[in-house]
Amino acid sequence: MEVITVPAEAAMLERVDALIQEKLETIHCPIRTQMQVKLAVEEIFINIASYAYPSEVGQVEVGVDIDGDPPVVTIRFVDQGCPFDPLEKPDPDVTLGLQEREPGGLGILLVKKFMDQVGYVYENGRNILTIKKEIK
Amino acid sequence: MTISKKLDGENLMMALEGRLDTTTAPQLENECKVCLYEVKELILDLEKLEYISSAGLRVLLAAQKQMQKQGGGMVVKNVNETIMEVFEVTGFVEILTIE
Repeated sequence: MEVITVPAEAAMLERVDALIQEKLETIHCPIRTQMQVKLAVEEIFINIASYAYPSEVGQVEVGVDIDGDPPVVTIRFVDQGCPFDPLEKPDPDVTLGLQEREPGGLGILLVKKFMDQVGYVYENGRNILTIKKEIK
Repeated sequence: MTISKKLDGENLMMALEGRLDTTTAPQLENECKVCLYEVKELILDLEKLEYISSAGLRVLLAAQKQMQKQGGGMVVKNVNETIMEVFEVTGFVEILTIE
């Protein structure tokens, strides 16, 4: 697994995105799947950057691995911020009309819908979120 | 992201090019704040938009609400397959007028 550690700041998304792009380019990955993976990465990374460290700038470790046939991309996010399980919150109601809609919650929903697996554990003071997607 | 605007009477056409994500969404939000108050119909052309994230959806939702509040309309057109999928999963297909 190739791992980088960056400050948990929205501005670092570009760096993380570049790593994912670089890895996906090593296999034949359809544009649509690339977008879904990058979308999941953005949503998770921005969540961590926004909420993990309320009073300091902490670090996030992002690891990417591609393995298997058909290839499965695994991306792991590790931070030492407040314990937060994004999978715990119920999904927003996507059938509500315009006026009832409040922004928020859609990011994690997109991650769940577009990835094959999303897993979360809190271990030794660290949030560990792992997503997996088969590339086909 | 590049935003090209064309005002035709009371109709404003905005063509978005590139990525509508966490970094670029404030750009569209600002444009909407500045431009929408005197517009009757807002047409968003997404032909050259490659990518949208929840930050982009948030701005589209706000624009749609604002247009409705001022008695106008908003139309989204030329949506590519990837972005359409995002609209479907989030129920935005029901909220937006997509042509």
